[in-house]
Amino acid sequence: MSMINYASREINCKIVYYGPGLGGKTTNLEHIYGKVQPDTRGKLISLATETERTLFFDFLPVDLGTIRGFKTRFHLYTVPGQVYYNASRKLILKGVDGIVFVGDSQVERMEANQEAMQNLYDNMAEYGYDLTKMPFVIQYNKRDLPNAAPVRDLQAGLNPGWEVTEPSRQRVAPDPAHAGENLVEQLPTGEWVEHAPYFEAVAVTGDGVFETLRAVSKLVLKSLA
Amino acid sequence: MPVGAASWSFSQEDFAAITQSLQRFLHDSNARCALLVDRSGQLVATVGEQPKFDPTAFATLTAADFSANDQLAKLIGESDFNSLFHQGEKESMYLADVARRVILVVLFDNRTTLGLVRLKMKQAVDELTKLFEQVFARPQQGKGGAPGLLAGADDEIDKLFQ
Repeated sequence: MSMINYASREINCKIVYYGPGLGGKTTNLEHIYGKVQPDTRGKLISLATETERTLFFDFLPVDLGTIRGFKTRFHLYTVPGQVYYNASRKLILKGVDGIVFVGDSQVERMEANQEAMQNLYDNMAEYGYDLTKMPFVIQYNKRDLPNAAPVRDLQAGLNPGWEVTEPSRQRVAPDPAHAGENLVEQLPTGEWVEHAPYFEAVAVTGDGVFETLRAVSKLVLKSLA
Repeated sequence: MPVGAASWSFSQEDFAAITQSLQRFLHDSNARCALLVDRSGQLVATVGEQPKFDPTAFATLTAADFSANDQLAKLIGESDFNSLFHQGEKESMYLADVARRVILVVLFDNRTTLGLVRLKMKQAVDELTKLFEQVFARPQQGKGGAPGLLAGADDEIDKLFQ
């Protein structure tokens, strides 16, 4: 739920980083906090346990520039990834404008990734949001680890695509981030599907962190245009 | 826009009316400062003494506080708690729901009393509820509630992210 304040000439949007526990959601925010100019960001708030596991959420406001004289301010939130914190996780989704799913590339985390993705769909549906119709990107984190699954497998498991039924949208849309791949394509079965844009990342070193943030914020602003 | 994500915007006239109502309330209750926060954690307005803390962070935590308490209410069989009170040694805060979409937060110290704040707040909440219901009832033009604001701004958006 974007908020436009004409008095202070600001557009405020909410982006939530979602995903399995220990996947790197907080690390994404910490990297952004460390890299952006201090005058374009607010405080990084972390409601975490003593062992630095997110208990409720992390929060970081960042300004990404001015459009039509309006400051674009993005409120970045993470959710607690651990399964049993679902009640607080769901609360954070209230009024969300864009979602980043941070997946853990490690082979043995595939099940946790899928569970978190399902949980995201379910929680969004409970608010009446349709994930397939809103700004949504996927980040495959920890690409540097030796046990990282191939992107192809992660795509098949987490981003197989949702059906495109509108005839006007049934045309091939190339993925600007990956040459030779498509965001909208026709399967051999004849069915048209759309995939969420995806990015590879190593959040601890910052690789792919800003690409992900840029992609989701651009989608959010375009959804307002 | 996603189904169900009701974007909303308010004009400068709305803002003036909201501010006026809050100023009257602060005067009557002798409270220090009033903040309006939307349920998703965005700060809508601040009236009275400018707070020394980071208002954006404060707004986020307020919305989280209210949401968490809403869930607690449900667990004990209430539909919600429409107000919350946090008492400190010197500074206290009182939070109240407005039109199910916005939270009014009032900061006050020992220059006034909880009783007076509570009494005056009820009146202010009624007034604000009416104001906000008008804002929400107004048809929101444009997909994001931004009437033409970003229409045709695709190039500018692209440029921002180059």
